Amino acid sequence: MKKLIISLLSGTLFGLGLSLSQMVNPNKVINFLDITGKWDPSLAFVMMGALLVASISFRIVLKKPAPILEENFHLSKRTDIDKPLLGGAAIFGIGWGMSGYCPGPAVAALGSGGLEALVMVISIYIGFFFQKWVASRS
Amino acid sequence: MENFTPYSALLGGALIGLSVTILLLFNGRMAGISGIMNGLFNSPKSEYIWRAVFLCGLILGTVIFNFISPDFFIPRQGYPLWLIALGGFLVGIGTRLGNGCTSGHGICGIANLSKRSIFATITFMLTGMVTVYLIRHLL
Repeated sequence: MKKLIISLLSGTLFGLGLSLSQMVNPNKVINFLDITGKWDPSLAFVMMGALLVASISFRIVLKKPAPILEENFHLSKRTDIDKPLLGGAAIFGIGWGMSGYCPGPAVAALGSGGLEALVMVISIYIGFFFQKWVASRS
Repeated sequence: MENFTPYSALLGGALIGLSVTILLLFNGRMAGISGIMNGLFNSPKSEYIWRAVFLCGLILGTVIFNFISPDFFIPRQGYPLWLIALGGFLVGIGTRLGNGCTSGHGICGIANLSKRSIFATITFMLTGMVTVYLIRHLL
């Protein structure tokens, strides 16, 4: 139960952060990616704000032997730079630039009730299932 | 530079930093949204509920914000839905192949100084910029 309250709190703070920083607005995101146009550096400042907090806090948190409500930390231990990582990131970036939404803002924007967010979230899931289906065949 | 909003961006970013810190400190999880979304349909029940609750919180955050500040966000009008659908499809494939998105790689991974995340973030920023350039300035 405590873990679920933390999940709700963490998700809500994340949604508030995305709203306050206007990252739920796809125009704001596309204007950041549009470096040759009317460039809006706000997204870089969102990342800076998040990284200022998280890069310090993670260092402190991960010194602990375990998280407060779990037996251990669930972290990726991979360090290899492989083709799926770079290819996947490249494909993700293309979709991000096309739509103006990455997964977080797409879900958060559901709270504004727009049709765009709904289409985006459903399409992301179709992409998930498609990728899983292709991976299961090879 | 147009409509540049450095203060709300920094403050909103700090809230996101606080969010990912809380999830890691208490639950030992990285708040990568694409992974959480994917896990909604791919995990045993014990692993499913916290993800669903987190995503509800994400929506709730926007609902609360819209309630406090109703005129802040005006939805985009007239953008072609097929571009969103195709974009979403690619975001779905790409984040699964590459194991993360802007939050998982761009924030949590970089904060953890993961080399994979730094490479992934540079890559999706670049292809995102090229895509916007092509759509806005060449097509």
